[in-house]
Amino acid sequence: MDTMSLLMQGFAVALTPESIMFAVIGAILGTLIGALPGLGPANGVAILIPLAFSLGLSPTSSLILLTSVYAGAMYGGRISSILLNIPGDEPAMMTCLDGYPMAVKGKAAEALAISAIASFIGSFIATIGLVILAPILAKFALRFGPSEYFALFALAFATLGGITGKNQFKTLMAAAIGLMIATVGIDISTGVQRFTFNTLELFEGVDFIIAIVGLFAISELLFFLERHAGDGLKQVAINKLKLSAKDIIKVLPASLRGAVLGFVAGVLPGAGASLGSFISYTLEKRVSDKGEFGKGDPRGVAAPEAGNNGAASGALVPMLTLGVPGSGTTAVLLAMLISLNISPGPMLFQQNADLVWGVIAAMFVGNLVLLLLNIPMVGIFVKLLSIPPKYLMPIVTLIASVGIYSVSHSALDLYFMVGFGVAGYIFRKVDIPLVPIILGMLLGPEMEKSLRHALVLSDGDWSVLFNSGLSIGLWTVAILGLVLPIIVGPIVRAKMKKSKESVKDV
Amino acid sequence: MLKNISLKSVLISGAVALTIAGQASAYEPARSGECIAPANPGGGWDFTCRSVGKVLVDQGYFKGNVQTVNMTGAGGGVAFAHTISKRDKDDNLIVAASTATTTRLAQGQFPGMNADQVKWVGTLGADYGIIAVGKDSKYTSLTQVIDALKKDPSSVKFAGGSASGGWDHLKVLMTAQKANVENLPKVRYLAFSGGSEALVQVVGGHVDAFTGDISEVKGFMDSGDLRVLAVLSEERLPAPFDSIPTAMEQGIDSVAPNWRGFYVPGNASSESYDWWVKTIDELYTTQEWKDIMTKNGLMPFHKSGAEFTQFVKNQTLDIKVLSQDIGLIK
Repeated sequence: MDTMSLLMQGFAVALTPESIMFAVIGAILGTLIGALPGLGPANGVAILIPLAFSLGLSPTSSLILLTSVYAGAMYGGRISSILLNIPGDEPAMMTCLDGYPMAVKGKAAEALAISAIASFIGSFIATIGLVILAPILAKFALRFGPSEYFALFALAFATLGGITGKNQFKTLMAAAIGLMIATVGIDISTGVQRFTFNTLELFEGVDFIIAIVGLFAISELLFFLERHAGDGLKQVAINKLKLSAKDIIKVLPASLRGAVLGFVAGVLPGAGASLGSFISYTLEKRVSDKGEFGKGDPRGVAAPEAGNNGAASGALVPMLTLGVPGSGTTAVLLAMLISLNISPGPMLFQQNADLVWGVIAAMFVGNLVLLLLNIPMVGIFVKLLSIPPKYLMPIVTLIASVGIYSVSHSALDLYFMVGFGVAGYIFRKVDIPLVPIILGMLLGPEMEKSLRHALVLSDGDWSVLFNSGLSIGLWTVAILGLVLPIIVGPIVRAKMKKSKESVKDV
Repeated sequence: MLKNISLKSVLISGAVALTIAGQASAYEPARSGECIAPANPGGGWDFTCRSVGKVLVDQGYFKGNVQTVNMTGAGGGVAFAHTISKRDKDDNLIVAASTATTTRLAQGQFPGMNADQVKWVGTLGADYGIIAVGKDSKYTSLTQVIDALKKDPSSVKFAGGSASGGWDHLKVLMTAQKANVENLPKVRYLAFSGGSEALVQVVGGHVDAFTGDISEVKGFMDSGDLRVLAVLSEERLPAPFDSIPTAMEQGIDSVAPNWRGFYVPGNASSESYDWWVKTIDELYTTQEWKDIMTKNGLMPFHKSGAEFTQFVKNQTLDIKVLSQDIGLIK
């Protein structure tokens, strides 16, 4: 009951005109970003972080804006999957399988509407899950001492590649780059400077917000330049929507199952939205009676969409309660929280109850906004898809630069941003994933600190790392997370590829 | 009582208006002022700038705006360097500072810079240090903790929100030193990236004791999870903290206010410096500021002008000597 009253207080925050405005803006921008092929939710949030800074928003408004962008991007990803057979982001890949065939059959509007409803159900159920699970986990988090945290960080790194990750070696390399960057600055455990070369600006290390904006947003700009970013995507016509209540009821069980599976996949570190949508789709295919999966079955659209939106909300659980992000996007959100001087973890629910519950309530509001935006107004988004990037990208760059400068008023930060942008471009060219770099930067220092604390507490006895049931459990999952992808990964990917190819034959 | 206060504040604001008029010939502040907060939005320095800026405008000291500029880096070092190199003669600039600033200056963590390069204006309150333990701890008084440290300096592990050698760490060492604990470098301190992280570890029973400021612990004090053993102030704090004994009551002469205040550029005109000192003095007595202090858990602590400059000098020297004694700096 306590949770209910806190949530009600949250709604009091979320239903102020200001919060609603930011939820709406975030939802629109997020859907747009999600719909543009190549720009995933992590990029979307990264691009808009500077906007929050340059507008000087309060922590609550910033987070409401960015979580709405996050949710919007998960909704938007499906638009280009369905209409163009190009996933807007990785989690939306499974939506292509049945969404595009539906569009080919002239049922694009239905596919879009069904997926919007499924997305809504996915987010809605997962947000309820978040409301129930987060406070419990936050209380439980008190049992995490330094050695348990160390095991948890090890787990986060072990599962970094995720089951759908391509090249474990490159993932590790990216994480190592992140860890290396993280060593710059004053080491808080000893007060010693590392790699600062007596440059004041480096004393506090490299700001991850700058790294994030550079790696994601600026490198995106470089990619657009390379593609001679003249034209927008070609216009796609949409038929008139003919959706009966019966059609919706038909996809309801699929959406519900997808939502629950997605949520669970999201809560587990490393698994993330891609896995959420993949499991939901495969399970639906197994569970459902015959059906025409791969040929435009509406349930094949509903399940993965509910799954990936469910996973998006689920990933917020470990991020808010333990300060350990479950996905790339939540890592970006975590960086944002830290630079607003808000430390995630169990204390967040005590000290910033207004903020946490306000944001959670705003997720319900944003979700409703998204549903409204995505059914009647989907035509507008489709039109927006054809805005030539030559207008879009300069705006993105401008916002990024102004935002970064307004944080620190230091020109050096702008050079750093550009430097990270160029590096990000090169990394993407050679297929080094960017998210592990950010996670390395974020989690590396925490992990180092936990290890040192554990050893100080035990007076140098290393066995402290394995002396509680909780830490042994975490180590077990970490080892599984490291080993499983090597065994299961190829099988899963082969299956994903196979189903993708069978669609092309249609 | 109430009537008295409001009459007083009326008189004061009258006096304020007069002094502004009287001061006009000596130094006239520009339409707008600037306050540098040497950290990201949301922290203590940012709060100091924003709240003082607001009161300055509300009370009519500035016709325009007092803009808060966040300048992050090196724990205030970037802002300090910026002030002495680029803004050295700026009369309309104030920079937020606290004990963290003097600690870093004392330990030479702003390379090539020292406290004499700026002018210290005054403080507007302080957050007093505390030492606390979890509710299941075997310690019920500061004396017991100190006795344990005397037997074995590494027997009690402390967690705090500042880096090793920072203010939270120093508070423990200062207290232990005053109580004649020997072998101070052996005292174990776990540095966390914020007071709240450290608190969770103490409440969760993973670390023995918490060192921090009074404003950080109210939540866990109210819930009964945390037992505050001592507050490092001269006298007991006002309610709701009046039940916490001071360290002095327990026979340990340790006082650790984390003050909040300002400095101005070293070559700002002496007229403008006088104006700022006077303004901060007046601002401190306004009802508006008192409300802000109550709301944010700031305790009374006011020094300004020459007195504050001397205080900063003494504090930097004390910290320097202590840091050398325990081998933090050479």
